[in-house]
Amino acid sequence: MEKKIKSDFENTYKNSSLNNELKFKKEFLNKFIEKGFPSKKLESWKFSDLNQIINKNIENLIFYNDTTKSYKIDESLYLKNLEHNKIVFINGKLEEIKFEHEDNNKIKISKETKIDNNLFKDNALIDLNNAFAIYNYKIHVEDGYNVKKPVVIYHTTNSELNSTNINIQLNFLLGANSSLKLIDTFNDISDKNFINIYYNFKLKKDSVLKNFKLDNLINNNIKYSFNNIDQETNSVSETFILSNGSKFFKNEINCNLKGKYSSAFVNGIFSLSENRHHEIKTNINHLIENTKSYQLIKSVLDNSSKAVYQGKIYVDKDAQKTDGYQLSKAILLNENSEFNAKPELEIYADDVKCSHGSASGSLNENSIFYLRSRGLNYKEAKNLLIKGFLLDVIEKITDEEIKNIIKSTMGLST
Amino acid sequence: MREKELEKLKDYKYGFSTDIENFKAPKGLNEDVIKFISKIKKEPKWLLDWRLKAFERLKVLKEPNWQKPKYPKINYQDLYYYSAPKSFKEKPKNLDELDPKLLETYKKLGIPLQEQKRLNGIAVDAVFDSVSVATTFKDKLTEKGIIFCSISEAVQKHPELVKKYLGTVIPITDHFFATLNSAVFTDGSFVYIPPNVRCPMELSTYFRINASDTGQFERTLIIADKGSYVSYLEGCTAPMRDENQLHAANVELIALDDAEIKYSTVQNWYPGDKDGKGGIYNFVTKRGLCKGINSKISWTQVETGSAITWKYPSCILQGDNSIGEFYSIAITNNHQKADTGTKMIHIGKNTKSKIISKGISAGQSDMTYRGLVDIFQKANNSSNYTQCDSLLMGNKCGAHTVPYIKNKNSESTIAHEATTSKISEEQLYYCQQRGLNSEEAVSLIVNGFCKEVLQQLPMEFAVEAQKLVGISLEGSVG
Repeated sequence: MEKKIKSDFENTYKNSSLNNELKFKKEFLNKFIEKGFPSKKLESWKFSDLNQIINKNIENLIFYNDTTKSYKIDESLYLKNLEHNKIVFINGKLEEIKFEHEDNNKIKISKETKIDNNLFKDNALIDLNNAFAIYNYKIHVEDGYNVKKPVVIYHTTNSELNSTNINIQLNFLLGANSSLKLIDTFNDISDKNFINIYYNFKLKKDSVLKNFKLDNLINNNIKYSFNNIDQETNSVSETFILSNGSKFFKNEINCNLKGKYSSAFVNGIFSLSENRHHEIKTNINHLIENTKSYQLIKSVLDNSSKAVYQGKIYVDKDAQKTDGYQLSKAILLNENSEFNAKPELEIYADDVKCSHGSASGSLNENSIFYLRSRGLNYKEAKNLLIKGFLLDVIEKITDEEIKNIIKSTMGLST
Repeated sequence: MREKELEKLKDYKYGFSTDIENFKAPKGLNEDVIKFISKIKKEPKWLLDWRLKAFERLKVLKEPNWQKPKYPKINYQDLYYYSAPKSFKEKPKNLDELDPKLLETYKKLGIPLQEQKRLNGIAVDAVFDSVSVATTFKDKLTEKGIIFCSISEAVQKHPELVKKYLGTVIPITDHFFATLNSAVFTDGSFVYIPPNVRCPMELSTYFRINASDTGQFERTLIIADKGSYVSYLEGCTAPMRDENQLHAANVELIALDDAEIKYSTVQNWYPGDKDGKGGIYNFVTKRGLCKGINSKISWTQVETGSAITWKYPSCILQGDNSIGEFYSIAITNNHQKADTGTKMIHIGKNTKSKIISKGISAGQSDMTYRGLVDIFQKANNSSNYTQCDSLLMGNKCGAHTVPYIKNKNSESTIAHEATTSKISEEQLYYCQQRGLNSEEAVSLIVNGFCKEVLQQLPMEFAVEAQKLVGISLEGSVG
């Protein structure tokens, strides 16, 4: 692999005029080569051996992604019934970025080649991303500006992409007292690619971020997404994850509550079948007093699917009066499905309220009996119970418009 | 000087050491030492071969380092692997032949070896450094066909049982410390309960490390045959020494059809002084196998001692309808560290497990609950309930929960709950208002917090444990 990745690296940057940055990128490349794809020997990949998954699903992974070609945007993919701003990626290349509903003086978009994250030394996939993501897009929302319409990022791939690794890097800076709603959607016609996405959010004082990650179309790609969220005083972040369509998807949320009264919410749904294997890993770091976090993850697992939830709440010794809550529930519908959880608490302060709960099992027979005695057949009863189980998470979404869209894409609207 | 020592003893009343001439194997870990141990214990060849096989395995194994409490590297060549009171070279026939100094030691520890034995009604096997000192109540047990003796005696008298079961739950190819124990284990207890016998009394072992630079490696093997029941208690103490001492024991429990084993531990090894100097490294492997149908194994532990406690008493629920239970209180104070919990491996159908863990950390200590619940694909209709609560006292300590939950069976249910909090001001205020001082109030609240676990202990132990809980937390408030 080493030879291949090195020549792909040369290929990627052969026409570029980068000098100093290229040196850094090379360092990251070497770091990645040294570590390789993470395997189950690493604690955070214990339940999902990415190295094995990639070897099994992708023969000869290509790291070189030809970005000279341009594709026409298929506008039929755009979300309907929602006015929104668009960022479109096709095969890992940014094709369009258009804030048509906004005051363009208030949002600054820049494209940089400099790498400014060196935070996650143990994460080989971020090294890989740093080495191969040619541009690092920055979106800066000015102080006091509330982005009026949601921003939808379309991650699309077409059939020309095969056995390729795509790396995307985006940075968001939310100025003081600003707000942003961000929806990630995935449209894949391609097969067997490895898509590696890194988002970095900086939330200044009193800002609000709502991020919805919707992976609901069946495809055979392997995806990894890492969100780093740094929060200042009184900021709020809300992340919703719908994990459903890809062959493998690991969503990682790393949230640093650095300012007093900041809070983080992570809600997630796994709705898996047919050999899907998905994971959500969260790291909520309470670093200062009076911060709050809330996590709710629900899974419905059918037909040889596997879901993993690793949630960690870390409370620093300075983080008195922390409120940390975490709950994961899973319904196993099929004897071949599997749910693994590692809800972890690491606490160094005494005046805290932290709890976690985890439950997994089959559908409650008594509830099914109740519904059947009222005239529903078995299938209807089962579907109704699952719907109720999942709606619980969706109801946590604080934006009505987006909530309804998510409900209708999942077929849960009433 | 004397006064100083007395002052020290206030904190840890079992901190005295006994002046008995010791007979030791040469320092270091090598084949010769293993052969020496085997020879001095007059072991048969198969056991020596077994030990050597473990030693071979040990050479390729690496010390694990994923645990939370880190410790300085142990030099395994600088330890004595066998230490026995000199007067023991010829094993005494009965209690009267024991070295009076030894008896005195046990008296100080409050262990009923001689005069109290009739009153207390507990059969005791005492292990001093590496050898089993005395076993009481033998006649009464023999009557019922129960075998309760040191493991070296069992090797001589009941080799077929030892050979059949030794290493079946903890194989010699297990992790580093378990394999180390397999290679150099010196003594320990052996219990066999014949079919359909209910052991009429509590069986108990007291371990004590006396000599310095010694590691204690005892091995306990308990077999409950079909339809039998036994309750077993284990207690431990060690003198105060400035250096750290290693304790790496292996405990294997085997429950056959319809049998039940209840294993209780009150662990009070020397925890080191206030600045974290000295103390025991308690790296113990405890594992129970519910081999037969309807079998049950229950672990209860009160962990107050040791500089570092690192153990996970586990249940392998192999037989259908078998039950595993784990009740634990772990208290750390000053610079103590604990990384403890359990593993429940559900293999058979209709298996049930329950985990109640209470952790209390005070001072600058660090406590981790680490557990695994694993339900296999064929383990239909199994269930697990886990509750782990942590209590923090002061803002220099830490409490962590790391549960691993794996469910591969859609008919099985797992429920897990964990909370972390501190003693509320209101509770303290309420108690103090009624005339308790702050320390008494804390002790009362903590005892309430632990009650679910304390209830599981046999009567005699429960009282002791309750006191221990109070003592361990002394000086941690205010």
